[in-house]
Amino acid sequence: MSTAVSSDAAAARPPDRTGTAAAGAHGGRRSRRARTTRRQQRTAAALLIGPFGILMALVFLVPLVYAIVLSLFTVDHHGLGFGNGHTVFTGLRSYAAVLTDPTFASGFGVIGLFLVIEVPVLVIVSLGLALLLDSGMVRLRRTAQLFLFLPHAVPGIIAALIWFYLYTPGVSPVVRALSGTGLSVDFLGIHLVLPSLVNVVLWNGLGYNMVIFYAALQAIPREVIEASVLDGASAWRTALRVKIPMVRATVVLVVMFAVIAALQLYTEPTLFNQTDALVSSRYTPNMYIYDAAFDRQNYGLSSAAAVILLVVSCVLSYAVTRWSNRGEDRK
Amino acid sequence: MVGRPAANVIVLIAALYTLLPVLWLLLAATKNTTALFGSKLFSFGQFSLWHNLAALFSQDGGVYGHWYLNSLLYAVLGAGLGSLISVSAGYAFDKYAFRGKEKAFGLVLVGVMVPQTVLALPLYLVASSVHLVNTFWAVFVPVLFNPFGVYLGRVFAAGYVPGEVLEASRMDGAGEIRTFLRVALPMLGPGFVTVFLFQLTAIWNNFFLPMVMLSNQNLYPLSLGLFTWNSQATVTPDDYPLVVTGSLLAVVPLIAAFVLLQRFWRSGITAGSVK
Repeated sequence: MSTAVSSDAAAARPPDRTGTAAAGAHGGRRSRRARTTRRQQRTAAALLIGPFGILMALVFLVPLVYAIVLSLFTVDHHGLGFGNGHTVFTGLRSYAAVLTDPTFASGFGVIGLFLVIEVPVLVIVSLGLALLLDSGMVRLRRTAQLFLFLPHAVPGIIAALIWFYLYTPGVSPVVRALSGTGLSVDFLGIHLVLPSLVNVVLWNGLGYNMVIFYAALQAIPREVIEASVLDGASAWRTALRVKIPMVRATVVLVVMFAVIAALQLYTEPTLFNQTDALVSSRYTPNMYIYDAAFDRQNYGLSSAAAVILLVVSCVLSYAVTRWSNRGEDRK
Repeated sequence: MVGRPAANVIVLIAALYTLLPVLWLLLAATKNTTALFGSKLFSFGQFSLWHNLAALFSQDGGVYGHWYLNSLLYAVLGAGLGSLISVSAGYAFDKYAFRGKEKAFGLVLVGVMVPQTVLALPLYLVASSVHLVNTFWAVFVPVLFNPFGVYLGRVFAAGYVPGEVLEASRMDGAGEIRTFLRVALPMLGPGFVTVFLFQLTAIWNNFFLPMVMLSNQNLYPLSLGLFTWNSQATVTPDDYPLVVTGSLLAVVPLIAAFVLLQRFWRSGITAGSVK
């Protein structure tokens, strides 16, 4: 009976063929029993994975294929808009339209700039805080972690709302305090609106990433750190030379998730769009997709933009992984 | 390196940065429109919290109560059912051998990487073709899909459920599904709570999908409801206290969940990120 059972708990393991071999080797009752067990296990696997599989087909695979199909067609809404429009195959025309649309390109420009500001601050501040907590010099470590993590529990739309109020002159105690010292800062003006958006996203995610780094730092074997300290390295040097290189993979992970999240940026700028004219309704690629589909009713255009965004996301996360692997090889 | 006092000061400043905006929300919810726009946060002369709360639940025929219940339904039911689906799949990926397993798991990982918002439009059109747009199901079914939960489920199954225990249960004559429910699932408890908590947060924060799918205000979750009220408030500023008070109540459940279930999300983040 035991032959067919994968008692090994290791996650990555090639498909188990030993069961078949063993069933052939033994004869009679035992092999029949092994076969029954294997069938039972296959049924169990199907039952346990089945619901997820159906869900994946319904809300992931079908829409994915549908998006690609849609991007190749255009619906003509001639006449009075009654009944179904006339669907025409237009090949890559929607792609050409999206790629030559300056508002779509500027959305990627916004994301690019967003990342240039966000990624260094996110990595330096959250890793820095994690190093401080890990160094043992900080009191009330658990409480500090909880407080820093708390904004993660605030929905993006509410985070954007809070900060929008904190940026608005007349409502904001921050703007008031600054003007009290003679500084007039226009957080929602042309120069600062993007950094202001970055701040909302950073506020939301800083603690979460700090906990990820902290967990990675805690996983470093203590002997390694003790050895460095015995060599006479200062805490500063230990952090730079020993700890940071050992959490390199985590840095890559954090950067990758930041890139994927930034490409999906929608909620926060959409809230800003309600009152700040500088944030247009096509400010980010995702807002462009929504605008094309629901304000302009151009599904072909919207789907083509979605497919392009999808490809960019995949290429970028692949590139980040490759870049990190190359670093590993060099070591 | 920075000394002990400096280290404490830096962490303190960071904690103030994360906490003060939430404190602002708390104080602002006690203000009426005039006090809110006067930005006199610490004057309690015009304490209007009770008035704001009463107005909040009576505005537009008590629609805020609907939003609250909807959010609870989408999030608690969705995360409960969704994490059960994900964790069982993750468990099966870890414990059983079948053909094409690693390929199927690779597909799950692709699901983690693909931005879900990209699929909102086709999802809307699929839902529309089966007449589910603008119904509870249009939001509820898609949020059940949690490929990252499957990944975590597999990691947890590998870590928490030894094969010998399953063997013992089989020896006792228990079937596979019974073994999963009675033996494995209780051992997966902490992992299950982690997946549940992550999914609860994601659904509670969900904004894009409801915006695409719903036009009936009575089906809105809090995020979308507060968004529409905020847009109304730009025209009628008297609605601002409603938005602020409504936002405050909307962050309470998740903050409570995170404070109460600390040891779960801490271990969960560790399992998910440290490979």
